[in-house]
Amino acid sequence: MLDASEGYTTEDGRKIGGVVMEMKNITLRFGGVVAIKDISFDIREGEIRAIIGPNGAGKSSMLNVISGFYIPSEGEVWFHGSKRPQMRPYEVARQGIARTFQNIALFEGMSVLDNVMTGRLTNMKSGLISQALWKGKAEAEEVANREIAEKIIDFLEIQHIRKTPVARLPYGLKKRVELARALAAEPKLLLLDEPMAGMNVEEKEDMSRFILDVNDEFGTTIALIEHDMGVVMDLSDRVVVMDYGKKIGDGTPDEVRNNQDVIDAYLGVAHD
Amino acid sequence: MAQMQSGAAGKLSLPALLQRNATQFGDSPAYREKEFGIWQCWSWAEAEKEIEALALGLINLGVNEGDFIAIIGHNRPYLYWAMVAAQSVGAIPVPLYQDANAEEMAYVLSHCGARFVIVADQEQVDKVIEVQDQLHQFEHLIYLDPRGLRKYDHHQLHEYSHVQAQGRAAYDEWITDLKTRREKLNYDSTCVMLYTSGTTGKPKGVVLSNRNIIESAKNASEFDKLGVDDEILAYLPMAWVGDFIFSIGQAYWTGFCVNCPESADTMMTDLREIGPTYYFAPPRVFETQLTSVMIRMEDAGNFKKKMFHYFMDHAKKVGPDILDGKPVGFMDKLKYKVGDLCVYGPLKDTLGFGNVRVGYTAGEAIGPEIFEFYRSLGINLKQLYGQTEATVFITVQPDGEVRADTVGVPAPDVEIKIADNGEIFYRSPGTFVEYYKNPESTADTKDPEGWVATGDAGFFEEGSGHLRIIDRAKDVGKMADGSMFAPKFVENKLKFYPDILEAVLFGNDKDRCVAFINIDLTAVGNWAERNNIAYASYQELAGHPKVLASIQEHVETVNASVAQDPMLSGCQVHRFVVLHKELDADDGEMTRTRKVRRRIVEEKFSDIIGALYDGSLQISTVTEVTYEDGRKGSISATLDIRDAAVASIATKLAAE
Repeated sequence: MLDASEGYTTEDGRKIGGVVMEMKNITLRFGGVVAIKDISFDIREGEIRAIIGPNGAGKSSMLNVISGFYIPSEGEVWFHGSKRPQMRPYEVARQGIARTFQNIALFEGMSVLDNVMTGRLTNMKSGLISQALWKGKAEAEEVANREIAEKIIDFLEIQHIRKTPVARLPYGLKKRVELARALAAEPKLLLLDEPMAGMNVEEKEDMSRFILDVNDEFGTTIALIEHDMGVVMDLSDRVVVMDYGKKIGDGTPDEVRNNQDVIDAYLGVAHD
Repeated sequence: MAQMQSGAAGKLSLPALLQRNATQFGDSPAYREKEFGIWQCWSWAEAEKEIEALALGLINLGVNEGDFIAIIGHNRPYLYWAMVAAQSVGAIPVPLYQDANAEEMAYVLSHCGARFVIVADQEQVDKVIEVQDQLHQFEHLIYLDPRGLRKYDHHQLHEYSHVQAQGRAAYDEWITDLKTRREKLNYDSTCVMLYTSGTTGKPKGVVLSNRNIIESAKNASEFDKLGVDDEILAYLPMAWVGDFIFSIGQAYWTGFCVNCPESADTMMTDLREIGPTYYFAPPRVFETQLTSVMIRMEDAGNFKKKMFHYFMDHAKKVGPDILDGKPVGFMDKLKYKVGDLCVYGPLKDTLGFGNVRVGYTAGEAIGPEIFEFYRSLGINLKQLYGQTEATVFITVQPDGEVRADTVGVPAPDVEIKIADNGEIFYRSPGTFVEYYKNPESTADTKDPEGWVATGDAGFFEEGSGHLRIIDRAKDVGKMADGSMFAPKFVENKLKFYPDILEAVLFGNDKDRCVAFINIDLTAVGNWAERNNIAYASYQELAGHPKVLASIQEHVETVNASVAQDPMLSGCQVHRFVVLHKELDADDGEMTRTRKVRRRIVEEKFSDIIGALYDGSLQISTVTEVTYEDGRKGSISATLDIRDAAVASIATKLAAE
């Protein structure tokens, strides 16, 4: 096992830091159904960490635990060295965790720019009246936040749809807008729920490039769930494999690939 | 206008003109670029400082006089500065097409022996690194956008802004050197080297001197009375001579402002925001815009649709005459004014042409209907004829003498003569110096007296003195019965239909003509949507019987119109096929400026041509395609071959 305080260096020479988030013996139950069963793993600063597994393995539930949407029945979530108390999702967001959704959850009637600006909401401090009057602090704040939003729009190359209502966009672009909104919060930890689901090869390549660039350029720690094995193995530094709510593997893509339990889970195994 | 260019006398290079602009028009905008959603602006004085910093940085990196510096990327002020900075240090800028693949780049980079390459982003960096081993002289790569490049080995890689910062830091050390180098430049020193895409063979490096660029820019600016207050949008490839003349030559001569769009995708919005006064586009752009206007009008409400058509009919009738200042009846004028208020004005504004004073189209023939459409709106759209070797201008249409079927009269200071075989020759101050490292080609093209062969066949129209182009001289051939074969003549007629993107005619030495046709996916796709025709791919849509039927109708109409021309009536299309893929520059079927490479198409699709002549009704074929990243794949298809009705010449005679 890796030491919690020290990092490691990836194959391509990136320095990975200490532990940012640690999941300790997480169990999640919905009535009688056990979605996650006693899982522990950590996420380190600057790394791309993947959670994979067959359908119904509990990946999305796990992500929901990290994002504070589900409260684990048992176990502890440690973030930046301290145990996280029970929190509402917006409090988690303020801590610097942002996410995207498997089924795209954008404001369809709003423009791309407005959607990205909502990602800045947690950073806006001016009050309702001040914002309504559009004077002083509110104005300066909006300009500063717009600048950050514009940098993200530039980074993800969605300038041409800046003013387009999200409802009119094709699927692949919506996914990118969602990533933009998550990035606008300038998160320390970015959670991506199946960022490449339903995309064609070209869109997948584009999205992979953006994920790598985000990690590279902003040093954002990324945890992602993905079905496409090729993508996962190419992108991630370390992979957690889940099956039926249990952890069956954890390590670098190569280690995971050669893990017999993982192979069985994915390819199936003969029942004697 | 004359006073605006004062102080330009004795300015024998672009860096010298930059100095003049920085003092004379110091505060007026020189460059604008939309970034982060806002138009960023640099005045001439600021631009001069930026260019100086980069020039110092280049000296600091070890650029010598006479070095070649390749510049690759989309239109950005920084890259325009790089060209002038290169000139300032006595180096020669060589802009390359940004969509060229790595192999094509390798050829050009090694041909000119570029020691330094300045590129826009990671995509271009990757391409250069890929071919690095083939380039013996290559030393340093400078990039603009650092995204994704953090992990690259930075021994030979430098960020643009760092080079500038180093230049500023080393100001005292190099400024005298820079000044000396700048002052050495004269009218005969090389200004730029541009590679022609060439419809045949390898690209050739056209060397253009300061004289070529400045004289051509000066003549053209005076011809159209351009001044410091004009605005242009720079969006055409930087490697193309037209962009160099408009965005650098004329901009430096007159001091007008060059606006760069945010990205290729936002071009149309940016065009609208800037509202250029001087605009240039190949026919294709005008075509696309017209198609999108027509498609949107189809979706408009009944009242709007009726109003649009009512006033457009009127504009067609009197618009061009009003633009040319010909006498028009009072009521017609009044009605045109109302139309301007309700339709033309808003439409021009939507298209971004609200302020256009002078607009040009060139490179290919423009459909008369498209041309008339824009002119009837009151947009002063004109045609010009030119080529890289002439520093663009050979003929231009003066205001008030604009027609769709000619390319105008000789540009100022240009002499033209027509050889016996119809080929056009010219001599002008813009005539290129030479093809780099290619004396044979230079001698073939330019004779000792300075006459340059254009390779185009044409004639001067009697009466008006306007030049008319028939076709490329080498493409004009003879049919088996000895009548003239001019493929472009027919192809252009076909291409004027919005649903036909490209057409290629064959028939040299044959008894009848056959054609390849590419559908326009935007227009045909929209039509399919409107008519509830489902399709999964380009290939499927191109092979749809209804599409074939409507293309056939077009071909037959064209045949009827070709039959009217006694000289070319033999060029009617007897059989045609709608191709299963778009002809593409990545596959070598077209040049980067989108001109069809006839020979290559003929070779590559020889099986289909065979089928067109042997009377078969279908042909199965496999075609190799190259993807944008250079990988290869193949498409297989079974294509229907259609017979088109041919109008006989006899009926025409009988009808008369």
